[in-house]
Amino acid sequence: MLEVGGITKRFGGLVAVDNASLSVPEGGIVSLIGPNGAGKTTLFAVIAGFLKPDSGTVTFAGRDVTGLKPHELCRLGIVRTFQVVQPFANLSVRENIAVGAHTRIRSRAAALARAGEVAHQLGMDAMLDQSAGALTVAGRKRLELARALATAPQLLLLDEVMAGLNPTEIDEIVHLIRDIRDSGVTVLLTEHVMRAVMDLSEYTYVLNNGAVISAGEPAQIVADPAVIEAYLGHGASADPAAAGAEGGHA
Amino acid sequence: MTERTRSILWLVLLAALILAPLAVTSGRWIQFMELTLFIAVLGQGWNILGGYGGQYSFGHALFFGTGAYIQALLQFKFGMSPWLTMWFAIAGGVLIGSFVGFLSFRYGLRGSYFALITLAFAEAFLVLARSFISITEGGRGVQLDLNQDPDQAIATFQFTFASDFLQANGYYYTILIILILASGATWWMARTRFGAQLAAVRENEDAAAALGINAFRVKMAAICMSAAITAAAGVYYTQKFLYVDPGLAYGPGKSVEALVVAIIGGLGTVLGPLVGSLFVHGIGEAAKEVVGLVLGDRPGVDLILYGVILVLVLAFMPKGLVGLLEAGWRRLSGPAATKDTGDA
Repeated sequence: MLEVGGITKRFGGLVAVDNASLSVPEGGIVSLIGPNGAGKTTLFAVIAGFLKPDSGTVTFAGRDVTGLKPHELCRLGIVRTFQVVQPFANLSVRENIAVGAHTRIRSRAAALARAGEVAHQLGMDAMLDQSAGALTVAGRKRLELARALATAPQLLLLDEVMAGLNPTEIDEIVHLIRDIRDSGVTVLLTEHVMRAVMDLSEYTYVLNNGAVISAGEPAQIVADPAVIEAYLGHGASADPAAAGAEGGHA
Repeated sequence: MTERTRSILWLVLLAALILAPLAVTSGRWIQFMELTLFIAVLGQGWNILGGYGGQYSFGHALFFGTGAYIQALLQFKFGMSPWLTMWFAIAGGVLIGSFVGFLSFRYGLRGSYFALITLAFAEAFLVLARSFISITEGGRGVQLDLNQDPDQAIATFQFTFASDFLQANGYYYTILIILILASGATWWMARTRFGAQLAAVRENEDAAAALGINAFRVKMAAICMSAAITAAAGVYYTQKFLYVDPGLAYGPGKSVEALVVAIIGGLGTVLGPLVGSLFVHGIGEAAKEVVGLVLGDRPGVDLILYGVILVLVLAFMPKGLVGLLEAGWRRLSGPAATKDTGDA
């Protein structure tokens, strides 16, 4: 469904993403992990149209979408959430979600009704008339998810949607994401919370210094010496078992 | 406030504005109301772009002045009917609006950069209007002929020598009709997909783009609508005073009044500009009276007051007077009142 081929993105002399390629099959949950500063968010921004790559291509459903604007990609069915949540603070939760629904629905009444349905799906009924600015962190993360879903996407890009949540809230979001995938939406996510990555994803790419250093099923990934070295530094791979346990908490 | 109470209040307000000239015969009061409505129209034009769209313009005189000048010059130079020129005036305002909008939004100018570029354009047009004497008559201004034939009052859009009723109230109803149309359009806009997308762009442009909104297009539509309303105020101004000069048209005065009444009244509310205009001019007139009694004539006292009021409102009432009134209403109607989600 999504093919990212040889993406490179430079900021001045800094190569943030270095010839990175990945592939997301339709109906899958694929994750993208890596230490801080590895270039995950930059690669995400390139896929979602917020940054133009210096080289490389993004292909979505067989169509070259490299360099399209975010709103054009959204209409094609690719939607992203933000690591730092971006609610429309002065609008109610319902109005926030309706903005997403308007991507496919012209009528105001129909979009507001659709917002109610999406909120119900995500268990946000009680918050509908609250101002988005008054939500808790968990509420805001959920709102990001709800707004994105309301655009009726085929591919959902989740940028650290669990950062800052407590274990209970993480479990809830993990369930939600699985439900979303089961409803037919393909998911690509970046994440720091290893437990969630292990639980959720069927395939994982590891990014370090902008380059993909490893790819595979999560269980294989944590045993890969290159990955352990990226997370824990030189020499750590001498004892893979111990390092793997450490990595699990990263 | 329920939908029903809200509708009733709207009808009462509308009736009061329509019937006011019948109840009030003092010319001075009609003039006061007329000026209030005129500034409310300027405020409503500004409010669409600034209040609903979050793009603060410091140069709305650009659209007002362009409307006023086109309305005056086409009559002055070519003897065209004012009923025809008004469409050119409004179209001219929209054209300038789309030009400035294109330059600013294409290159992603926001916040103070957008404010500065609108201010710069208004100042540039002030200079151009003074310098291009062959087109604009320069600093002397454009003086239209006064029609003295009562039978031609409607055809010339001049009410100075019209029937008694039109003579007293013609311009009042002209500006009232413009205000009703502008406010109606604003009310309707806020309830469409376009209104929702404009609010989203105001709140967070990146998030709006991620959700499929073409922020450039939405802001272009907003500045065109805003410019059209502001240019319509220019049409009224030219017909009322039959005179335009560069300072009146493009000077900073109109830009400032437009944003002051919109902010004081309540950003992004339909009623805000009118409430703000009533308040600001009511206070201004009262201040002139009081200071006049105590200290004698002191021009500029009202301007100082505007400044003080603006600072106080910005500091303590982010939702303006309309926000204050709604909060007051909720308190009065008690905790049983239905929750109020719409805007006034």
